[in-house]
Amino acid sequence: MIRERYINFLIGALLLIVPLVALQMDEPFIITLATKAAILALAGVGLNLALGQGGLVSFGHAAYFGIGGYAMGILASHAQDYAPLMEVPFVIEGTNLMPVIWLVAIVASALAALLIGALSLRTSGVYFIMVTLAFGQMFYYFAISWPAYGGEDGLSIYVRNQFPGVNTLDPIQFFGICFVVLMAVLFLVNRLNKSPFGLALNGAHQNEERALTVGINVYRLRLVAFVISGAITGLAGALFADLNRFVSPTMFSWHTSGEIMVFIILGGVARLFGPVAGAAVYILLEHMLGGISEYWQIYLGLILLFVVLFAKGGIVGGLARREVRHDG
Amino acid sequence: MTDSILRVDNICKSFGALKASDGISLDLKPGEIHALIGPNGAGKSTLIKQIAGGLKPDSGKVYFDGRDVSQHSTARRARAGLGRTFQISALAMDFTVLENVVLGAVGQSGSVFQFFRDAMKDTRLLERAYKALDRVELRDLAHVRTSELSHGRRRQLEVAVALTLSPKAFLMDEPMAGMGAEGSQALTGFLEALKAEAPILLVEHDMDAVFALADRISVLVYGKIIATGTVDEIRTNPEVKLAYLGEEDAA
Amino acid sequence: MPPSANSEQMTIHRRGRGLAGETIKGRAMSSILIIEQILNGLQFGVMLFLMAAGLTLIFGVMGLINLAHGSLYMVGAFAAAAVAGWTGSFLLALAASLAAAALFGALIELTVIRRLYARDHLDQVLATFALILIFSEATRWVFGSFPLFLNIPEALSGTLTLPGGIEYSRYRLTIILIGLAVAVGLFLLISKTRVGMRIRAGENDREMIGALGVDISILYTLVFALGAALAGLSGALVGAIQSVEVGMGEPVLILAFVVIVIGGIGSIKGALAGAILVGLTDTLGRTMLPWAFAAFMEPSAASSVGSSLASMLIYILMAGVLLFKPTGLFGSA
Repeated sequence: MIRERYINFLIGALLLIVPLVALQMDEPFIITLATKAAILALAGVGLNLALGQGGLVSFGHAAYFGIGGYAMGILASHAQDYAPLMEVPFVIEGTNLMPVIWLVAIVASALAALLIGALSLRTSGVYFIMVTLAFGQMFYYFAISWPAYGGEDGLSIYVRNQFPGVNTLDPIQFFGICFVVLMAVLFLVNRLNKSPFGLALNGAHQNEERALTVGINVYRLRLVAFVISGAITGLAGALFADLNRFVSPTMFSWHTSGEIMVFIILGGVARLFGPVAGAAVYILLEHMLGGISEYWQIYLGLILLFVVLFAKGGIVGGLARREVRHDG
Repeated sequence: MTDSILRVDNICKSFGALKASDGISLDLKPGEIHALIGPNGAGKSTLIKQIAGGLKPDSGKVYFDGRDVSQHSTARRARAGLGRTFQISALAMDFTVLENVVLGAVGQSGSVFQFFRDAMKDTRLLERAYKALDRVELRDLAHVRTSELSHGRRRQLEVAVALTLSPKAFLMDEPMAGMGAEGSQALTGFLEALKAEAPILLVEHDMDAVFALADRISVLVYGKIIATGTVDEIRTNPEVKLAYLGEEDAA
Repeated sequence: MPPSANSEQMTIHRRGRGLAGETIKGRAMSSILIIEQILNGLQFGVMLFLMAAGLTLIFGVMGLINLAHGSLYMVGAFAAAAVAGWTGSFLLALAASLAAAALFGALIELTVIRRLYARDHLDQVLATFALILIFSEATRWVFGSFPLFLNIPEALSGTLTLPGGIEYSRYRLTIILIGLAVAVGLFLLISKTRVGMRIRAGENDREMIGALGVDISILYTLVFALGAALAGLSGALVGAIQSVEVGMGEPVLILAFVVIVIGGIGSIKGALAGAILVGLTDTLGRTMLPWAFAAFMEPSAASSVGSSLASMLIYILMAGVLLFKPTGLFGSA
């Protein structure tokens, strides 16, 4: 019965130590894997807010991940071509500055989440799953059929974007950026979970009727949570695009939505560090099983099936064995 | 009639061919317990839902605290001071007892959109929460998980959560359901004291409790109120006997 | 051989860009073309109905959301392609698609799905997502990554002249007829037969059906296998006008979800109405929008704007339904 706090610390420390050791051993590929894990974890942290705390089973978070990715792709491609994004009525230039890109990614994905959430939250249960999945797919088809930014082939960015004072092309420094962003978001989300907002969100998840009858506007509450959730996943999308220096409609695909959800279930639903543990294990599995068999997803499927059927609670839940929520 | 806190005016609600509410009017005056009784399927839950806001009537109005709230949502009516308890406990079962009442305080204070303060360390919220717990004598169990509470304690907690709203009126759906004789008796005493603070519209099957507690009783049969009056008036009303109490005897 | 000349009118969504839309560029929009597109839309809708009917039945009776329904569609298509390859018989291929999908459906119901009925929707989604991964990779392992082809049978190839002089594919017309026949069959099954009565009872009250002495677990397996067989049939029929490949079921699955959201969950009638509506909207949108935009834009821009918008049209339709009737056109509140 270890306290969840220590487990969280351990997970965070491992994620930091592995790439540092890899740096010593001159294994840049492992650093890249750790970076990927940190970014995917961030996407999972976003979804976990809606899904874990709010009980909103969104199967369309690839939409925000993709929007974040395309925010980066579009801004950076205009910057690398020296062609302004638009000239009428005023000039907007592209940019290769990460902070600006992140801001645009967050705002754009938040707006999309506002629109999709406003419609989807009119439904609940299995409808909500189907509707979010369908709206996510809408972005996928749009990205494929819109030729301006690469269409089906996607969009390559030749140089990684800049962050003041950091050499982003150095794998360990880029990892550092992603790690710091992840930790900062985890800190904020932890505060959020404990705040009146988080209490209300979780309370409405457990018993909607109760939340309504103490005067909480559950629809608005969930919509705000959904928007924050989408914005975090959008930020992850921008970082992911920067990691690969490439965006394509695949980021919007429903498999991506499914994978983000898998991080959460592997790590532990509604656990703060659940998505971090889940994403790291996912990357590890992909890497190890992928080495054994070309058809590694069969094993992934079997593991996922096992976790869902027999090991609910995931990694953090399995280690901590403690109530998700507690006061004091 | 102007002094009633809650007034239902000629409410109608149909589901297909079924008239669940067929021109219902009733009111709740300060300081009273007004019991709503009726056989199963008479439309009590439908009526309660329309008063609380979960269901919109086809026609007719609901007035609360001098205002027409017919178009207001459940949440808005709750914030206006309509406290509610449920037949089947509606509580966040994974929360502790304290978290449940703090949730009520959050709703009452309208601080839902505060993102960075720790709710469980907020003195204003805690003060209100503990005050409500004290009223139902649950402070000692503040840190127990709600799912571990006994049935009777959950009922008490329901009332405590409603109390955090400082309600102007209570809507209680079978608060005695599933409670032992002792628990029922304790709750009866508690409601007796509570009504001075805010009147109670009480749906209850336990006839002993109703006759012991109620100042007025309304009898609902097939979506219509067939009689409203004091305990004695209802006891002796032949129509009520035929439609309802007689049925009890037969059963 | 590629799947015949019909592929020019391919309506399956995944192809993204409206091929049909491009073929008409520069041609005037004739009434014959519109009727042709309406028929294409009907054919597409009927296919979607076969998918959506199974999904909605399984949800209505067992309360389960099954993402792996698309995998059963794929299983049907592969079984048909394999059997057609061995025997050369299209009828045997269709029979194989029904049998294989029903068999695999029953198999996963017995091993996995029935553990999920009492679980929440999140568990159902994740477990059936896992099944998709397993099905897709296993199929890739057995059949390889290259698409298979299923030929349209000789008797149904070519076109038929409809009243009014419209030439239309015999095969597509057959699909429409098969789909409508299945719809009628399902209505009769549910409203007239004993099994149907049990299904309706199961929808209303699971405990009551248990009290009636019906072995509920056998009923559930049967319903699941029936839904699976419909998906398999759909996959096989579409397989002949499209290539048979891994992942082919997923876009159709999501469209079937759109159909269910529009029609209302648990309602066969809603599934039929939703499917036809989605089929027509999508097909006509892909044809008409680029054409409509061409009226005031230069052709290449019109084609790209039009087809981008067309790819979103059914989702906009879904959004509209959600705004005005969140429970779907035939859903109960």
